[in-house]
Amino acid sequence: MGSSLITAAGFAKAWRYKQMFVDGLVCTVSLSLLTVILGFILALFLAVLRLSNWHPFRGVALDKNGYLCNNSFRILLSKFNPLSFLASCYVEIFRATPMLVQLFIIYYIVFANVPLPTFKLFGSIRFDRFLPGVVALSLNSGAYLCEIIRSGIQSIDGGQTEAARSLGMSQVQNMRFIVLPQAIKNILPAIANEFVTIIKESSICYTIGVQEIMYAVASIKGATYRIGEPLIIATLVYFCLTFPTSKIIAYFEKKMSAGDRRNGNEGAKKAKRKSAEVLNEQERTKAKM
Amino acid sequence: MKLIEVKDLKKYYNKGAIKALDGVTVDINKGDVMVVIGPSGSGKSTFLRSLNLLEEPTGGEILFNGVDITKKKVRNAEGKMVKLDIDQHRQKMGMVFQHFNLFPHKTIMENMTLAPIQVKHMSQADAEAKAIKLLERVGLGDRADAYPIQLSGGQKQRIAIVRALMMEPEVMLFDEPTSALDPEMVGEVLEVMKELAEEGMTMVVVTHEMGFAREVGNRVLFMADGKLLEQGTPEEIFSHPQCDRLQDFLAKVL
Repeated sequence: MGSSLITAAGFAKAWRYKQMFVDGLVCTVSLSLLTVILGFILALFLAVLRLSNWHPFRGVALDKNGYLCNNSFRILLSKFNPLSFLASCYVEIFRATPMLVQLFIIYYIVFANVPLPTFKLFGSIRFDRFLPGVVALSLNSGAYLCEIIRSGIQSIDGGQTEAARSLGMSQVQNMRFIVLPQAIKNILPAIANEFVTIIKESSICYTIGVQEIMYAVASIKGATYRIGEPLIIATLVYFCLTFPTSKIIAYFEKKMSAGDRRNGNEGAKKAKRKSAEVLNEQERTKAKM
Repeated sequence: MKLIEVKDLKKYYNKGAIKALDGVTVDINKGDVMVVIGPSGSGKSTFLRSLNLLEEPTGGEILFNGVDITKKKVRNAEGKMVKLDIDQHRQKMGMVFQHFNLFPHKTIMENMTLAPIQVKHMSQADAEAKAIKLLERVGLGDRADAYPIQLSGGQKQRIAIVRALMMEPEVMLFDEPTSALDPEMVGEVLEVMKELAEEGMTMVVVTHEMGFAREVGNRVLFMADGKLLEQGTPEEIFSHPQCDRLQDFLAKVL
């Protein structure tokens, strides 16, 4: 088995097929980006369901005088929230089954009878394989991101909501200005982790013939009988994708944590507002003239 | 003039097994500085938090400016039943918490101007000018751009008070405002509250500071086991306590 030995000649051979890596990279990036976006939207939706406060059977626990009855089944039923229950079911099923199984079910069962257009994205990516891959990855990462978002929202001290509401802010304003900014700051490391996981896990789509980086490796192996060198190149490409991703998110994390630092940049902000005041003053004098 | 009328207010947990509030009836007049005292677990905080519905009472009425805010629907000026907008009533009730509850991700200035800008649609320039004035009043004019974590407990609580004042409330509710403070910082917060009282602000204060109750309060309520056991002027409560529970309580804390 000469192919397992890594040689310069092997790299030279593999390098002749570099266009396949470029196509694979484009495919992996678009696969991951779409998954991140769709997964995040799905996760937000699921998190809202998980945290919803809808109890349609609330009434069954009350007797005709309006007091709570002693029937424990009726009390259980009154606390039942179908929306939260469905979202929990979804999350638990997707977290408890292998990604590969989910991918195969989506591709071989769900999309088996759906005629997908067979055009090629960016000239090389087969859409009828790409779409089921995106769907499977999004459904999976949505389940994980949902739990991250939910835990982030629940990690914010209830006193924050009480303070916001007591100032007259609505529940929506409270979420938008007070809870979510703090929650997102808290969960950014976990989100970064999930994004990196998506990039890496997208390689599994190779099994249904999505032409991403691992597909390029397999093709080059078939053409050159070399496996080591293409794999090393693929490793480097993945690293170059994931490492900057986590670094970029770490940068945002630092930016958002201004309120955590005791030696914050009070001076800079003050100067900024001073200059804004000066501008305001100038505008006012202009208006007077 | 009655500002808040509380009628037979009840808050039960676990099918009534726990009675946090068991029928409290009291009127709060404009300009009152009402101090609520009592042993822990007596329902003082629940009573205060019920006043702006942070706790939803299980029974009774709270009339604020004549409107029963415990009802989901109210009759409007034209006599139609409309959904009660609790946010509107909460604006008029400032609340100060034991643990300050400043927004840690916002500067002091943003903490103070957020609600006036978002809820009252005040312009940013007006809100900031107003905030600076209030900050200077409590001696923190130079900390507008600090984050809450950079302040001491006493400073945080003074900020929390002026943050509530930004909304120009008709009544201020204080939930043990000095209980989480180091002893040397209690004075600075009480001083601000005293000034506020002298300006005629209606205040309801849950506190363990008996000195404050005696000196600043004009009415004192004594609560125990979710019931309002005794009320009167500070003189009546502290010098001539009637019921045994109050006598016991005062013997322990004074």
